[in-house]
Amino acid sequence: MSALVAVLVAPLIGALSAVALPGRSGRIAAWVAIVTTLAAAVALAASVISQGMPRLAVGSWEPPVGIVLEADGLSIAMIVMTALVMTAAALTARHMLAGDTKGPRIAFGFWPLMLLLWAALNAVFLSRDLFNLYVGIELLSLAAIGLVAIEGKPEALAAAIRYMIFALAGSLLYLAGVVLVYGAHGALDIGVLVGREPAETDGLALALMTVGLMSKTALFPFHVWLPPAHGGAPAPASAMLSALVPKASYVILLRLWFDVMPDQATDAALTLVATFGAAAVLWGSLAALVQSRVKLIVAYSTVAQIGYLFLVFPLAGGGSEDQPWAAGAWNGAVFLALSHGLAKAAMFLAVGQWMKVRGSDCLDEMEGLATAMPMTAFAFALSSITIVGLPPSGGFTAKYLVMTSAFAAGQWVWALVMACGGLLAAAYLYRPMAMVFRRADLSAFRLPSRAQQAVPLALAGAAIILGIASSGPFETLAIGRPQTAEAGL
Amino acid sequence: MTGLLPILILLTSLVPAAITFFLAQESYRLRNALNLGGALMKVGLIVVMLFAVAGGASYETDIALAPGLVLLLRIDALALLFVSLSASLWLLTTIYAIAYFGKKAEQSRFFGFFSLCVFATTGIALSGSLISFFMFFELLTLSTWPLVAHKQNAASLKAARSYLSYALPCSTVLLVAIVWLESSTGPILFTDPPDLSGVDPVSLRVIFALFIIGVGMKAAIVPLHGWLPAAMVAPAPVSALLHAVAVVKAGAFGVIRVVYDVFGVDRVEELGVGVPLAALASVTIIWGSLRALQQTEIKKRLAYSTISQVSYILLGAALASPFAVVGGLAHLVHQGLMKITLFFCAGIYDERAGVRSIEGLNGLGWRMPWTSTCFSLGALGMIGLPPIAGFVSKIYLGIGGLQADAAWVLWVLGASTLLNAAYFLPLLYRLWYCEAAPDVEADETAPALVAPTVAAALAALLAGLLAASEISPLGWATLIAERDYLQ
Amino acid sequence: MTGPTLYALTGAALVGIGFFGLISAQHLLRRVVAFNLIGSGLFVFLGAAGARSGASDPIPQALIITGIVVALSASALAIGLVVAHARASGRPTLPEEDGEA
Repeated sequence: MSALVAVLVAPLIGALSAVALPGRSGRIAAWVAIVTTLAAAVALAASVISQGMPRLAVGSWEPPVGIVLEADGLSIAMIVMTALVMTAAALTARHMLAGDTKGPRIAFGFWPLMLLLWAALNAVFLSRDLFNLYVGIELLSLAAIGLVAIEGKPEALAAAIRYMIFALAGSLLYLAGVVLVYGAHGALDIGVLVGREPAETDGLALALMTVGLMSKTALFPFHVWLPPAHGGAPAPASAMLSALVPKASYVILLRLWFDVMPDQATDAALTLVATFGAAAVLWGSLAALVQSRVKLIVAYSTVAQIGYLFLVFPLAGGGSEDQPWAAGAWNGAVFLALSHGLAKAAMFLAVGQWMKVRGSDCLDEMEGLATAMPMTAFAFALSSITIVGLPPSGGFTAKYLVMTSAFAAGQWVWALVMACGGLLAAAYLYRPMAMVFRRADLSAFRLPSRAQQAVPLALAGAAIILGIASSGPFETLAIGRPQTAEAGL
Repeated sequence: MTGLLPILILLTSLVPAAITFFLAQESYRLRNALNLGGALMKVGLIVVMLFAVAGGASYETDIALAPGLVLLLRIDALALLFVSLSASLWLLTTIYAIAYFGKKAEQSRFFGFFSLCVFATTGIALSGSLISFFMFFELLTLSTWPLVAHKQNAASLKAARSYLSYALPCSTVLLVAIVWLESSTGPILFTDPPDLSGVDPVSLRVIFALFIIGVGMKAAIVPLHGWLPAAMVAPAPVSALLHAVAVVKAGAFGVIRVVYDVFGVDRVEELGVGVPLAALASVTIIWGSLRALQQTEIKKRLAYSTISQVSYILLGAALASPFAVVGGLAHLVHQGLMKITLFFCAGIYDERAGVRSIEGLNGLGWRMPWTSTCFSLGALGMIGLPPIAGFVSKIYLGIGGLQADAAWVLWVLGASTLLNAAYFLPLLYRLWYCEAAPDVEADETAPALVAPTVAAALAALLAGLLAASEISPLGWATLIAERDYLQ
Repeated sequence: MTGPTLYALTGAALVGIGFFGLISAQHLLRRVVAFNLIGSGLFVFLGAAGARSGASDPIPQALIITGIVVALSASALAIGLVVAHARASGRPTLPEEDGEA
């Protein structure tokens, strides 16, 4: 229970202290908060696995009046992944932003914003109240927008504003849905809403909330804000934005469709959502193929990977329950979200180090980096394996599960989309990979230390381990998994 | 203990790989000791197991992955055939590679990925389930890439790209085939043939074709063979072990697994897909030989020869008559021994005499007698001259063709033998009967390069001479066939 | 027409005006105002929804207050960004490429 509170409160206190305390002590407070939150996340996961789901009615007010926080398998998987990515991003930022020539604003502003982002993410993963979720994603968006704009360059500001327009529009659509739900049922707690009588406005409410969250997740066709925003932010910020922020709104979508309103899922709606997903896979991959900056390639890759996540909706329940891959699509989607988070963060951190060395992320400037910084190149390669979905990575496990569900459900089109997406991913990630492998003499450049290079490698390794040691995470995900994940929508 | 053996065997190459990556370029001794030690340990473990498996034992370990993903490692007779081939040749190639690279740059990366490739190959051999086979198969694809691109110049990067542009689409096809089949049968284990009766025959035929495309690409079947000649830009040890043995054999081995352990001989016959596969193999045999004739570079000619020879294995698997199966399995080893000899020699000619093209071989026979004798042995074996190993395979395949009522196989074998002679004999003629150019500097005073070559050539000779004994590759192939496939 | 219905209609009208403004306006400050209009419309609507049972429901009021605070912070950040953007680029509008560049 205390771990449940700590993952929310520690980053918030850290964020405030990092603003309030002067100079060095602010930085120290931020690091205390980072370490505490990481420890709390691990402790929370351990307690959920050993003792079941902790539930906290805030201020002892029970729903429908009060707000409930609860940690299930999905929550802790996301919280632990977030903690790993955040810690890695912070370790990289410590070197990358220190002594930055762009002025003290980044060095000062980064820490409170990242802690705020962390608190908001954990809040979204733990909340069981639709309105509280709204507050969570709004806070998340505000912190994320701040991180995009942090360098203060005109392009970054424009990217932040474009992001803001999509994010705020998304929030308002979501809020409109929440209002409709409250109007119809007089409750916003997910636990209460599960047993509701379906109302006429539910379909509209679900549609509004879904479109709003799609806009925040940057699903095609709402993706236009993502590449400039993620490509323009400093690398540690891009890592968090790409790896974590879309996952928050996606988790809400999972909860809405599988927990709150499975009854509203019509075939047409499911197909439509998955079609957007498929379009995102193809469009994002093709766009990534023609980029000339590595960060934009990685950012467009996120657009494509987000598409995969939306294929789950029609495929859940593809395998019948006596098959070993019951709930395969749902598990696969969550696995994809986790492994993508780790791998994409590793990629951005590796590219960030390359950029710091070469002063640019143009594809042509990447020659010779594999020899000069082999660990980062290896990290990029391992992350690519996960993103492409090759074994033995977590991405492969996810892909295998979703594809078997697709074939078992007779909807093999989605499996082919995944297969094509994997190939396209290989094609667009091959370009930077081959470029860094070229021979060039970089001995004149100042290279980051081995310890710094090890950070992205550790994250990329975690994504691979997720594939090799997948049985543990799987059992964890089954904790509190909605029945609809197995039976289908 | 017995459950740990498969894992131990894998660790003998994984551990050296993992450590080697982090070694500095200068730690020659430690790196060489690690790699040689790993290779020796692996050979030792295999000798122990050979006796046990011959006595009927088998070893199994499974590692729990996500539901539906069964990572099963299993040592049976067929696995051991492939493992012992790759392990003993790994040992020879490691000795050869240490001498070949001397003080050249980027050795930690090279040996790291090299050991990783052997790890993957071993994994392919030991895989007891379709999905673990796929996992190691892909690992092999990926860990070969840095070896092909090793020289880091435009030509090697182009070859590496060509390799991936064949390998990744085909692996996607393979994954679709696996997923399609497993979504209706459940996880497929090689120990326990899946029940395919729930899948309609048309789908099964399509799935079979997808499987053959997926694994056949690595066996360089026409028209998926283009990557192999291109990959010859890689350093000699890579061409020798990977492109003569590990990668192409992994493909051929995959075809054997698909035909015998996934579909089963009866089902293949019932679906009528065996004959098309045999025809495809025959086309590859002839086409590879024809293209080999046109090559003027030694390694390229050897590469096309590999394309042709590997399909002998496929032909044996597809015909599925007793003699054909045994001939195909034995050829898996025979071809490996002969081809690695030839590639070792090609490497020595390049390294010690600067000769890459066929014209350069003129008169080298008397200047580099050890190398040239080995080269001649390998080439004559490929043609099928008794008593060298290649002869045995061809005889068995021919008889197997007759057993399977496919007399046309004799024509294919005959034509191929003539073509083999046509592209190998001119090389031997040049070696021994032509005058050398006066300015050629050639010497073979490099025992670490020559010794593994001689060992491989001797092994090829012995495999043919002692074919009748139980411990020869042919004897082992007979044991596999009798035990697992011909009840 | 009862009070709650009137409120609900007003809320809906505000949302509509806000959306129109969001889509039609180029000037970024106008867009920020449009966001505020939509938000306010939704809050009015929520208030009306809370009155459906006759007795006054405290929850929507708590939600509205929270929502207003959130909207305020969002507006503050938005205006800050718009001002910074206008200073840096000299224009109060977004550069009209579609973000694909």
